[in-house]
Amino acid sequence: MTKQNDNAHWMSGNEAIALGAYEAGVKVASGYPGTPSTEIMENLCHYDGVYTEWAPNEKVGLEVAIGASFAGVRALATMKHVGLNVAADPLFTASYTGVNGGLVLVCADDPEMHSSQNEQDNRNYAFAAKMPMLEPSEPMEAKEMLKTAFELSEDLDTPVMLRITTRIAHVKGVVEQGEKKKALPGEISKNPSKLVMLPGMARQRRVYVEERMNRCKELAETAAFNRIEEGDTKRGFITSGVSYLYVKEAFPDAAVLKLGMCWPLPEKKIREFAAMVDELYVVEELDPFLETHIKALGIDCRGKECIPNQGELNTSIVRNSIDPDSKAELFEEVALPMRPPNMCAGCPHRGIFFNLSRMKVFVSGDIGCYTLGFLPPLSAMDSCVCMGASVSIAHGIAKAVGEDAHDKVVSVIGDSTFIHSGITGLINSVYNESASTLIILDNRITAMTGQQQNPASGYNMKGEAASQLDLEALCRAVGVKHVYKVNPHEVPETRKVLKEAVDQKEMSVVISEAPCVLLPEMKERKPVSYFTNQENCVGCMSCIRLGCPAISWTTFAEGEAEERGYRKKQKGISKIDEILCNDCGQCASLCKFNAITRKEEK
Amino acid sequence: MEGAGNILFSGVGGQGILLASEITAYSLLAAGYDAKKSEVHGMAQRGGSVTAQLRYGKKVYSPLIEPGQADIQVAFEMMEAVRYLPYLHKGSKVIVNTQKILPPAVATGQAEYPADVLDNLIEREIVVVPVNAFDLAREVGEVRTANVVMVGAMSPFLPVNPDVYEDIIRARVPEKFRDANLRAFEAGRRVSE
Repeated sequence: MTKQNDNAHWMSGNEAIALGAYEAGVKVASGYPGTPSTEIMENLCHYDGVYTEWAPNEKVGLEVAIGASFAGVRALATMKHVGLNVAADPLFTASYTGVNGGLVLVCADDPEMHSSQNEQDNRNYAFAAKMPMLEPSEPMEAKEMLKTAFELSEDLDTPVMLRITTRIAHVKGVVEQGEKKKALPGEISKNPSKLVMLPGMARQRRVYVEERMNRCKELAETAAFNRIEEGDTKRGFITSGVSYLYVKEAFPDAAVLKLGMCWPLPEKKIREFAAMVDELYVVEELDPFLETHIKALGIDCRGKECIPNQGELNTSIVRNSIDPDSKAELFEEVALPMRPPNMCAGCPHRGIFFNLSRMKVFVSGDIGCYTLGFLPPLSAMDSCVCMGASVSIAHGIAKAVGEDAHDKVVSVIGDSTFIHSGITGLINSVYNESASTLIILDNRITAMTGQQQNPASGYNMKGEAASQLDLEALCRAVGVKHVYKVNPHEVPETRKVLKEAVDQKEMSVVISEAPCVLLPEMKERKPVSYFTNQENCVGCMSCIRLGCPAISWTTFAEGEAEERGYRKKQKGISKIDEILCNDCGQCASLCKFNAITRKEEK
Repeated sequence: MEGAGNILFSGVGGQGILLASEITAYSLLAAGYDAKKSEVHGMAQRGGSVTAQLRYGKKVYSPLIEPGQADIQVAFEMMEAVRYLPYLHKGSKVIVNTQKILPPAVATGQAEYPADVLDNLIEREIVVVPVNAFDLAREVGEVRTANVVMVGAMSPFLPVNPDVYEDIIRARVPEKFRDANLRAFEAGRRVSE
């Protein structure tokens, strides 16, 4: 966040939402990191007077926020789109209980799957859980809408969702600072008929939910966030979220109905707008959410018949979908070697996946940096579905294959993901007698989302010392008899342990312990680099097969091997870039020819 | 204050693209423009190709540059100067750091780094400004200022007075590195002027 003047700041959508939460007087906020939502909590934790925490998963985070709301304060829960699947259970019933203090859930969708395993459209949750959802178009509006969401929540006795997408979360724009509302202190007040959702009470609250949504619909007709922007009525556009910006650029003169609330919909306003224009288009990313509900009102409109229902939109896509003749001629792409993401130089995960790539096992993977173990040259992941699924999928495979499966299925999960939702899978595997092997990649941090603390890291969100979960004790407590610990940088040693674990005919766990190289304390140390004694290199490519970004291969030209004094048949040599090297030593532990040595001083 | 434009920053995760795009954005804002910037975090950062898109003008709606509409590209690596060709148009200015970073397929001997890769731009009448940002950064005494050298080399193509960038660098960069960054900006600017 950077100040432009006293009131205007250059901020990302996530920074703006954090400021909005502060201005709204939020007292308690809980979340689980997930791109593109993570920076909301990371920024909010620096404001005074707001309690913030990383929860072990989104369900816990939302439940913490529900509790805070029950105690009368304004509460916030943040998560990425798939996190809402985990939090859906409390969400659907919190819709019935309603709130005491305002309760807002921010969910960040990821159309185009920049950093996600699916691109589900979470607007569908607002419809399914029967609660209002606001949808901003840009950072400044995101901040203001968060404050509106809290007011709505308290006025209508309902949780409210604020849905953002990657192009709001990670877009920077100018944001004006506003007044801060005083945060009320929390207090315990009992109201069991509202808060205890036994069937008898739930049936009464169910009636209230309908009344509330009808009131919300009425309010949506006149609220400022649903606005008609006058213009050329030959073509009119109904749109919301970031799509509004693309419509404004593709068709700057057209009449627009901008819906700031995508659920419930202002039926009268939509009918009024539809009657104003000759031809009606609905422009929205992903599902035909608005379109389906508008068509259900009996209003004729065009939407997904011409606009893609997959991936992100942009101005060109919107313009070309509606006016195919407007397509501009573009330079074509030139074929270039791909540059996919890769594990960092010195990443501890590499040692595990290098070994797995040489074992004849099915690797059931999970969500984190280590999903990159799928990529060549390691190519050591065979499935990956969602957070925590690795353990239970491995168990399912083992049960399907039967007794022979004990040495053929391995699951791989990070420390934070294991705590998020892998523990229950492990309990099941022990309880129902799996014989698979679980590898917990404990790098002491939630790495992929940018270094967030978690219950096993020993620190809380603010970096203060906190209780540290003992993963080994936990595995033993749930009944795992064979628990091993390895240093993944010792590649051949790790291989021996993995083999022993896999050979066990009962559930086994291997905890791979080595810190992420991006941890501040790892970056601050002065790493000693390794270097190649090229005269000893025989070109066996053992180190190259690690796929480390610091190691590269040079192919010899014809006759070059002999000229340089190598064996005639040698195809090339490898070289370590000493600037990129992060001192893990995995390559040195693999080299049998004394061609890789650790330097004394960098 | 007149005009509007689109600047695409491209490179490899970890090259300091973020700071370069931020200094550019602050300078445009200080010159009185509206601006929006879009970037992608998470999976996309781990040593893969990365971009940041910056748009400025009187009023900016979309945070994304349309294909064929990038007026300036600041490329921190040679191959990454060519990867986003569909975003460029005839006459686009491409300021490119003449550094090669080998992608995994090249580093492991499975593919070759394309020869004369910048010819792909020149052939299409795109203006290429090569900058040896590392050498220039080393000459000003701080190799970590290569990204500010790139901002300097881009600066003559934007309707912003050099004083404005320098004020932003003074305000944004910690004192310890301030002078080196100012020298880096000047060294880069001299390449294009």
